[in-house]
Formats: sequence, structure tokens, C-alpha cells
Amino acid sequence: MKNINIKLIVVALLSISFGFAQQTPASKQSKTIAITGATAHIGNGTVIENSLIVFENGKLINVADMSGVKLDLGKMDVIDATGKHVYPGFIVPNSTLGLVEISAVRATDDDAEIGSWNPHIRSLIAYNAESKIVESMRPNGVLLAQVTPRGGRISGTSSIVQLDAWNWEDAAIKVDDGVHMNWPNNFSRGRWWLGEDPTMKVNKNYNAQVTEVENWFNETKAYINGDKSPKHLPYEGTKGLLDGSKTLYIHVDDEKGITDAVNFSKAYQIKSTVIVGGYEAHKVADLLKRNNIPVLLQRVHTRPSQTDDDYDMPFKLAKLLTDKGVVVALETSGQMERMNSRNLPFYAGTTVAHGLSKAQALQLITQNPAKILGIDDNYGTLEIGKSATLFISEGDALDMRTNILTHAFIDGRLISLETHQTELWKRYSKKLESQD
Amino acid sequence: MNKIKYAILMCLCSFALFAQDYFPKNDGVKTTNTNYQAFTNAKIHITPTQVVENGTLLIRDGKIVASGNQVNIPKNSTVIDLAGKSIYPSFIDMYSTFGVKKPERAPGQGRSPQYEPTRSGYYWNDHVMPENNAIDKFQFDEKAAKELMKAGFGVVNTHIEDGIVRGSGALVALNANAGNEARILDAQSAQYFSFRKSVTSRQSYPGSIMGSMALLRQMYYDADWYAKGNSKTTDLSLEALNANKNLVQIFGAGSRMNVMRADKVGDLFGIQYVILGGGDEYERVQDIKSTNASYIIPVNFQDAYDVENAYLSRSLSLSDMKAWNQEPTNPKILAENAVKFAFTTHDLKSPKSFMANVRKALEYGLSKEKALEALTTVPAQLLGKSSEIGSLQKGAYANFLISSGDIFDKNTTLYENWVQGQKTVLENMNTKDIRGDYEFRLAGDDYKMTLKGDLSKLKSEITSAGKKRGSKVSYADDWINISMTSKDSTNQEFIRLVANVTSGNTLNGKALFPNGNEMTFYGTKLENTDDSTSEDKKTDKMSDSKTKEVVPVTYPNVAYGFAEKPKAETMLFKNATVWTGEDEGVLKNTDMLIKNGKIAKIGKNLSDGSARVIDATGKHITAGVIDEHSHIAASSINEGGHNSSAEVTIEDVIDDEDIDIYRNLAGGVTSIQILHGSANPIGGRSAIIKLKWGESAQDMVFENSPKFIKFALGENVKQSNWSSFSRFPQTRMGVEQLYMDYFNRAKAYDALKKSGKPYRKDIEMDVIAEILNKERFISCHSYVQSEINMLMKVADRFDFNINTFTHILEGYKVADKMKDHGVGGSTFSDWWAYKYEVNDAIPYNAAIMHNAGVVVAINSDDGEMSRRLNQEAAKSVKYGGISEEDAWKFVTLNPAKLLHIDDRVGSLKVGKDADIVLWTEHPMSIYTKAEKTIIEGVTYFDLKRDEQLRSQIKKEKAELINQMMQAKNKGLKTQPIKKTEKDQMHCDYLDHVQH
Repeated sequence: MKNINIKLIVVALLSISFGFAQQTPASKQSKTIAITGATAHIGNGTVIENSLIVFENGKLINVADMSGVKLDLGKMDVIDATGKHVYPGFIVPNSTLGLVEISAVRATDDDAEIGSWNPHIRSLIAYNAESKIVESMRPNGVLLAQVTPRGGRISGTSSIVQLDAWNWEDAAIKVDDGVHMNWPNNFSRGRWWLGEDPTMKVNKNYNAQVTEVENWFNETKAYINGDKSPKHLPYEGTKGLLDGSKTLYIHVDDEKGITDAVNFSKAYQIKSTVIVGGYEAHKVADLLKRNNIPVLLQRVHTRPSQTDDDYDMPFKLAKLLTDKGVVVALETSGQMERMNSRNLPFYAGTTVAHGLSKAQALQLITQNPAKILGIDDNYGTLEIGKSATLFISEGDALDMRTNILTHAFIDGRLISLETHQTELWKRYSKKLESQD
Repeated sequence: MNKIKYAILMCLCSFALFAQDYFPKNDGVKTTNTNYQAFTNAKIHITPTQVVENGTLLIRDGKIVASGNQVNIPKNSTVIDLAGKSIYPSFIDMYSTFGVKKPERAPGQGRSPQYEPTRSGYYWNDHVMPENNAIDKFQFDEKAAKELMKAGFGVVNTHIEDGIVRGSGALVALNANAGNEARILDAQSAQYFSFRKSVTSRQSYPGSIMGSMALLRQMYYDADWYAKGNSKTTDLSLEALNANKNLVQIFGAGSRMNVMRADKVGDLFGIQYVILGGGDEYERVQDIKSTNASYIIPVNFQDAYDVENAYLSRSLSLSDMKAWNQEPTNPKILAENAVKFAFTTHDLKSPKSFMANVRKALEYGLSKEKALEALTTVPAQLLGKSSEIGSLQKGAYANFLISSGDIFDKNTTLYENWVQGQKTVLENMNTKDIRGDYEFRLAGDDYKMTLKGDLSKLKSEITSAGKKRGSKVSYADDWINISMTSKDSTNQEFIRLVANVTSGNTLNGKALFPNGNEMTFYGTKLENTDDSTSEDKKTDKMSDSKTKEVVPVTYPNVAYGFAEKPKAETMLFKNATVWTGEDEGVLKNTDMLIKNGKIAKIGKNLSDGSARVIDATGKHITAGVIDEHSHIAASSINEGGHNSSAEVTIEDVIDDEDIDIYRNLAGGVTSIQILHGSANPIGGRSAIIKLKWGESAQDMVFENSPKFIKFALGENVKQSNWSSFSRFPQTRMGVEQLYMDYFNRAKAYDALKKSGKPYRKDIEMDVIAEILNKERFISCHSYVQSEINMLMKVADRFDFNINTFTHILEGYKVADKMKDHGVGGSTFSDWWAYKYEVNDAIPYNAAIMHNAGVVVAINSDDGEMSRRLNQEAAKSVKYGGISEEDAWKFVTLNPAKLLHIDDRVGSLKVGKDADIVLWTEHPMSIYTKAEKTIIEGVTYFDLKRDEQLRSQIKKEKAELINQMMQAKNKGLKTQPIKKTEKDQMHCDYLDHVQH
């Protein structure tokens, strides 16, 4: 009884403090908008200085060098962005945004279901469009996210959302895009609380665990060939991987695991496979390239996973893979992943200090994730016909000092750049100023 | 109580061979044997340095009467001729648990951790058990004794291997032929310590090594106070500790770092422990030597890792691989540096492998004399028993070994192990060596026979007329029995031979035929047989006969260590952009000279003949980054066993080989404050260090370091986010009262202390009184405005200031109050939402506090973020529009001010320490890298050198992998691969080992 009461109180408290906080989602684009004079970073590796960008009904209708175009700007809302920079909205894949609000408060935690085989579990359902953390992404240019469940061998099914919405239906731009699987680990840690040596030792059950994965897909195949009655929800959830309608995201870091995962994918004729994490993917880059398997690369701002590794290993992995022709996008999972996802542009910026060009670095969070997630028909680059999901920054958006947004649009809608945090900033700055 | 047990123990051993004058005798007449035993013609190692050829050892009544060349053999002697054989004093293991059962683990804990002791009448901490006596739990273990005797041991000092203070150990002889009345040489021979808690109690404190150290210190103070009769209550633990004061004090440290820590504790009280090492002392042997301690050294040299799997073996760290390669040199290096040490079988799975490991140490350069000392005279001397054990001098116990030759030679046979004049035969030394080829003739047939193998497990091969006969042989006590199949192989019939062996060359006896006939049998050994039998080759395989190439030790002895400790240089940087952090601001096209570890000149067109000139065109120079809140480079972070742990200090547990030191240098960090964690309202004291990669822990600490202590507020200290409901405080209300209580008590304590009246020294109160006396500064982990406000008000009431609020995520809500109080704020750039109390954390916090006039720093609390603090500073430009120069001060001058080290570091000013960073670009650009990181003129990180080190690491690993492959191919044992992953140290980190 006591516990229930406490839970009720916590829920009550949370609903009070979260209920009214969110910014009102923007309404549909009603008037054509032109952005003039900005340096346009297209997202595909090219840059247009002094650009003209026009969009209407949420779609880009012109992206060009201003000097070459004559256009009647009279009927449009014109934003003079001379000296500023325009970017496609940044995309954060493999994210738990909207699934957890406060890590330490269990009542707000919806990112991992119990059980090992959960392909039928759908992240979109729990996505909280009103999360205060979600809105804090936007002032840094992060406008799209793949919302991904965690845990188990097969964690569940992800969906892709835009980050200015009333509810999860509103937010969805691609529903149930893929299934996420945690590949068995070649190492396992001793359970020190049971008196075991806490060091990492070779996982003796690795092969058995891989066989379990194979069995799962064998069973699914058998199920598909039958009359499917009664419906088996987990096998139904797996089906899309075999018919090519969904992508298989395999979360794996080590070279052997990646190799085994690629071979597994080939053996089961999975049409679309993505490696997530990929700390050692650069060691098997040729294999990945040959099989057209892209990588959602682990957070750039991490420590090397082993003591002897190059200090800048996580910083330069994107470069190592890109040079080998592998399509790479950056993901942000790990400690404090949701709140830190707004640092996505700076993760990309860091790869420049360690080898990539600025244009290549930008691709890691625009065109490449759009391709990998299968939303590149509409998002990821500033190209005519695509969604007007973009933002204007005072300066270089990959550098902390100059990533200062003045406008952001999702599908042509001018969204709010205010957040719970900017409101507090203003409220208390004012309070302190008024005391002077 | 103890005496009674002892008496019972003695009574039970009624089969004693040693005469006990006052015992009644009912099974016969009383006899006294006054005969002598003389061992003649032996090579006698009286001590490791005193060796006589053809000597005589005379013993009686379990003791040595005489030894040497000039020994008169009394008429009533039995004489044993040991021509060609050697006698050694038997070995001593002074870190043993022989005959003492391992205590059982206390059953599982309840809903909350246990904070109170389980016992009463003893010290307040269950893990302090000086009242324990190994002798009370001692039960002679015949099997274990036999194993030890086979390994050459005669005497062990055993103890209860459990707890921080483990009580007294006992010196016992491995005499299986007598009772405890004879075996027990000293029932209380030494007192044992360690840093590890007892398994018998779940009392939480101490939960870290630094807690164990603090506990020991307080215990010694309390014991002294108790001895002076100041306590109103009885404490059997302290009584026992005081009673054990004059015993040998043995500390089970178990690793190089813990050795230094144990010695540090002892030094404060004038106690010189004999310290159990970890086998890694060679890494910093000068430090080890500087303790002046004597050591007990394990020889549990590792097997090579099984590196056949190329993928998995990549997970091995260079330091683990080097340990395998270098460890066998440890005894040699200690001996070369005149460090006194004894060997122990501790940590070996079985004493069986002991001798092979000692031999390995010899192969790696340890002298036989030192090895023998480490097994005999050194432990005897350390135990204060030189006249009784460890040598074959007159008056000592007759504890000795008889061997076929050099005890360390792998072909030597150990025949007998004598303890207290009692013989245990390991191999019969009178067994005649009948191995060889024989020919004989029986009933008209000629036979050829080969006898081979160990004498105790002889094998036979018999052929006749070119055909092999099935045969079996047994050989013992000079009698040989052979059975072989008869000529007619269709019948299951046997010919049996039996012979008494009178010499090594002939077999004389009878043959018994299947039909019952008997016949004389006479076999002669053929001359000139090949003596390199296949058995020898097999034993060769078992040991690594050829010494591997030993890779050099680096500083620290892990990847990216220095081959030699680097030195300070005079350097002239030309044409740089210099971020002074002073009124001069940012100076373009400017030169900078560093000399003698200091900034010597900043200006245009500088020159210095002795300087190395570095072209810094297009590059930027700043002061080194300073992290106010770090948890890298420490072996423990939290002592959460109590709600106050002011008695602990991180300076006790600095880890000088943490790779994150190097990685921080690569991010331009030069100084950090290693803070205690946030497990309790009053945490432990800080270590403020410079990241002098390669130096020892103690040499990294700031000279005359300002004194700091960690406080903490909020969810962590009230234990909101894990299962613990019994420790006060559980609310923010309680946190305030806890502070009131401690400060009130410390005030009273300090007044009493200053009055000159007697008082009980309390480390915790001393430290808190330092705060009240403004000698120690508080850095307080804090989140929400209510608690921030509260702590300032508490400080006001006791008339001191809080120095720093760290994290201080709602500082922006009370920035005006902070300014008034004079407290600084050291915050995260943008962390939030991980706990309920950081729901209102905003990235504009630094800007608002700065604008309100608070001294602001940006800190990391994280080994990843700390190496990018330049980027974190840059975020203040984005969030709140701070100027670049001010933002840069957030990670340099301001943390230096908060740490009271700004007179030495934090900005570029002539006379300050040359702690500088050369950046490839603007220091806060996302595109910049640290090219050189310099501390006091020493380049600890250099991009070019880093490149070289990478290829060197690759090469060294390949070489070691190759050595391990060779070891495996030789048939040596291997161990499975492990992967070393670093723990992520944060505020809430708890030690694994201790938790």
C-alpha cells in the first residue's frame, strides 16, 4: 500500500511539473518563405555561398546561388540571412528521446521492455512528444530522431519522428522502420557481487547465443510459410526483416561480432542491414563496403574502449570508415544519451579535428543518416522537392561558439526555439537584473 | 578463555613423542632417549653463506647440537652417511593460513546496508579483530603439511586471513610426528593486517581502501588513548591490540600501490610493518626501497595468456602482457636494490608449483644465495627467531632437508624433510639406482631387459628372441618383483622374477615358472647406457628453460609510459597567439619563453641561446586546463560507510598509472582536483594534483597543497536512488541537522583540544575543526536552490564561508545570495535530467552566475568530458553569450582561484609555473587539438611523440604475443584471455572489491 501511494504521489508531481511546460507545436506553413544570402550547407557535400532557399507548403522549391536567380520575392516572407548559415535539420538515429524523461525516476522510464525477444514492441507508442528533453534538441539544430527501444536480444521496433508535434501520431514520419538486435558479446563480465572476478572474460556462451539468434529467424521463416494462425506477435514483428520492408539494426562493436553479424545477415538474406555502435567496424570496412552495410557509429565523445587504444580513437573512427567508402552516420547512445543528443553537431565537429572535411562531417548527421534510415527521399539534404526541414544559424553550426539558431523549420513550419531551459534562463536573468 | 582452549588442545595430543615431564604415563614405563643422530659426509648449508663440504650435522632431542667440519660424534650416536648429498635448513613461510579454516561469509543483507557493528564489548568496527588468535582456530592439517614439506617447508607462520586487523598469528612446525605441544613454536608470533574487510560481518564501513587506512589510523589513536586509561567502557579489541604491540606486525598489502599505502599508515605511528607485496614491486622499486620495510614476496608468476585466437587476444592490454613477461624479474630487482624479502607460497594454488616458480626467479637472475635467504634466514630474522629456525646452527631446531644436490637444481631429488628431529621421507635415498639395460638367461632363452622411469615408478621392457614380452615391475625397499608373459603367447601364463638388490648393477634372485619350477636368476647391468632418458626431455618441456627477453619497465608501466622520466626543458615558442588570462588579454604574434619550470618571458622578438625554439605560427598557447571536479587517477572515490567520512583522503589512493591521466593531458588538462564522491553529506578530503604522467602518486600532489574537503547535498546523500533506508539523513531536513551536529561537536572538540586538557584524538573532528578555523575549504556537491541556501546559512552560523559549490545546477536561482556569501560555482556546461533534482538545470547557469559576479568554473566529474573541457568552456559562448576570454577562464584561471592555486597556475604570467598548452588552433574551436601539454617545463604530451608511442605499443604487443605463442607451443600452461575495461568513475562510484 505504502509503495502505491508513493508512486501515485510521484506520478502526480510529475504531471504537475511536466504538464504545461511544452512549447506549442507550430502550425502548417501558410506562406511561401525565402531565405536569402546565407551560406547553404546542402548536406550532400556541397556548399552554396550567398544562396537563395525557397519553400512552399513544407517543400523546397528552390535552392540556388542567389546571383544566378531572379525571383519575385514580393509574395513571400523573406528572411535575410546574409552572413548566416543554413543547414538541413540534423538527424539523431538510435535514440531514446521521448522514452525516458528523468533517468533516476523509474516512473518516467519507458525504454526497455522485459524479455529477450521483443520485435513486436514498438517504440513509437511510448514516445512522449511533450518531453522537455525533446524540445531542448531544437535550439541546437537536431530536428529529427529515430526513437529506438533498448534491452533484450531483440529490443523492438523503432520509428522516426520529427521533434515538434502534439502527439506521437503527429510526430511520426516513418513508422516501424526497423528492428533492433543486440548481437551476442564475445566478452562477458564476472558478477563481482557474487564474488566472481569482475574482469571481462571470453564469453563461453557466444556460439550458443548466436545459434539462438539463428533459431529465431528459422522459426520465423517456418511460421511465415504456415497459415499464421493464431498470430504469433513476435514472429509477425520479425517478418518485415525477411521480406525487406524493415531494416535490421544490429548493435555490435567488436570485429568478430561484426563479421559474424554480416555473415548472418547474408545467410538469412536480410535485405537491409545496419551496424550500430561499430567501434571496431573500421577493421572490417571492406567487408561492410562489399555488402553495402552502413554504420551508425557510436558516440564520438567517448573514451577509447581499451586502455591501449589511441586516445583519439573515438574521434577518428568516422574518418577511418568514410575513407574506406562505408556510409557512416553518428549516433549518441550511452550515458545520458537523451540530454546529450543536442551535442550531435559537436560530435560531428570533433571528427573534423581528426581528419574529415567539414562537408563530410556534416553528412554524418544529415544526408547519411537520412539514407540509412530510409528517409532520404524527403529529409537529410536541402534539395528541391524535399521537405523544408532546416535551420538558420548565426555561424558554423558544428562549433559550439557559433551554433546559435535564429530560425528552424520542420516541414516548412517555423518552430519555437524556446524551451523549459530558455524560459528559466530568461526568468532568472530578469530577476537578477531587476535587483541591480 | 584462550588459555583454556590452548590447554584442551594440548591434552588431546596425547600421542606425543616429546617427553612431557609432568604428564602421567599409563601405557608403559617412562623412558628418556639421550642418543644423538649424526649425519656425516654431507655438503651442509649451515646458512646461505656458510657452506661446508663433508660436514657433520649432529642432532639430539629435536635440536641441533653441532654442525660443521669439526664435529665430535659421541659414542651414543646413530650415524647416517650422506656422502654426495646435501643438507639445507628447511624453508619458512611467514604468510600462511596453514591449519586455519577460512571464516565463513555472513549471510545476505536485508533491505538496507548494515551501518552498526554486530558485536559489543569490542571495537566499534567489526572488521577490527586484534582479539582473534590463529592458535584458537588451529588444527594440524596433515595433508597440507605433507604438501608443504614436499615443497621444502618446515615451519610456517599461520594466521586468520580475514578482516582489517586479523589478530595474532602462530609459528608452527610441520611436525606430523608430534603433537601441538611440540609443533607450536610461538602461539602469538605476529600480528596481521590488511585493507580488506572481514567476510564475517556486513558492516558497511569501511567501503574503500582509503576508509580502511583511516580506520587503522583512528584505531591506533584510540588504542593509545585506551591504554592511558581514559575509556569508561571496556574494549577487548583495543586491549588485544595493545597487548600485541610488541609482536612482529605483518601487513597483507598485496600490490605495489597498497604497499606504499600500508607503509604510509605505519609511518604515522612509528610502526614498521613487514609487508606482503604483490609481485609488481619492480615497477617502482625505488619507492619500495624508500619505505625501509622488509617484504614477503609471492612467486605466483602468471602463465602466458592463450593468444591463439587473434580477435580475442587483441583485448589484452599491454600492461597485462608486460606483467606476465616482467614479473619473474621481481625478486632479482628487489635483491639488486638491497630490499630485504622473504618468499611465500601465498596466492599459489598449491605449494607444488612453488619450487618451479623460485627456479624461474633464478633463471631471471636472482642469485641462489638470495633465494635461500628468502626461504630461511630472512623470514627467521623477520620473525625474531634467528636462533631457532632458518639455519643449521647449534641450538636451532633440527629442521632440515636432505637432497641429492643443489636444492634449486631441477634434477635434484629431495629425499627427506626433517622437522624437530623427526624424519619424513619424501623419496627413499637408499634406493639403489637400478635403471639401465640388463641381459640374462633363463631355461635356455636369452633375455634383454630395460628398466627406466622414476625409481618409485619403475617401468620395464623385456624382449627375447626379438619378441617383446609383456611385463610389469615393482621396486621398493631393495626388492624387485618382475612378472612377464611366457614364450607361449596363446596361454595366459607368467614367469615371475624376484630379486634382492644389493648393488646398483646386479640383480640376484629367483625365477618362478608357470609350472612351479624355481630357478636361479642373475642379471647384470650393461655398461655405458645412454643416460639422457626420454623422461628428462619430458620434464624439460614442463618448465620454461630459456629465459625470455624481458621488455623494459616504463613510467608508468602501462601503454604510453615513458622509457625514462622526462625532464624540464627551456623552450622558446615563437609567433604564437598567447591567451594570457591576465589584463593583457590575448596577444597575437607573441613569443614565450619557459625556463626552470616557470614562465620566464612573454613578449615580442624574444631569444634565449639555451632554449629549444618552437615555431608556433598560427598556433595558440594557453595556460593548462584545470578541472575542479575530477574522479580520474584514483583507486577509490567514495567512503560511504558513514554519513561523514572527513577522516578519509583521496591523497591516500591516487592511482599513478590510470590511462585517463594521459588522455586528459591529450586534452590540454594539467591540474585536477580529485574529489571524494557524493555518497555522504560530509565526504572525504581532496587530492589536488598535477598530471605528471610517469611520476609516483605522491609526487603528483601539489606542493603545499591547499586543503579541501568534499561535502554533498541532495538525492545522493539521502540515498534516494538506491535501496538504503536506515542511514540518517533521508531528507534535506536531516542534512541540515547533520551539519549542525558535526560543526557543534567539532567546535567543542577544538575548544577542548586548544585548552591543553586531555582529549581523545579524533581525525574526523580534527578535519572538521580545520573548516571552522578556515584552514580547510569546502567544495560542495549541490543541485537545488533550497539546499544551496541552507548550507550557506549553516556556514554563516559558524562564521566561515563555503568555498565552492560544485555542480551547483540551480546556482542561477540563488546567484545573488552566492555572490553575497562569496562562494564560487563550478558547474557542468549542459548536463541535466538524469535525476529529479536536476530537472531545472540549464546550460545558461554558468553565464547567469558569472554575470552576477560569482567566480565560475566549468568542471567534468567525468573521465570523458574532462579531456574536452576546452569544448565545454566554448558552450558558455553559445549558452548565454559569455565572451571568449571569460569563457576560457572558466576552465583555467577561475578553477585555479577556486582551488587557491592561482598564484601558481591558471594564467600565463611571468613567474608562474610553466603549465601550458600549445593548441593547433583557437583553443575553444571544435577543430582544435592539443599539440603539446607541458607541466613545469616538462612535455608530458606531444602529438608527435604520441604517434611514435602508438607504433611502439604495436611492436611491443606483437613481440609479447609471439613470446606467448612460443610458450604455448613448448607445452607450457596458459591462462584464458581477459579484457581490462576501466570503471567509469563518477560521484557515485563504489569500490568493487570492498563493496
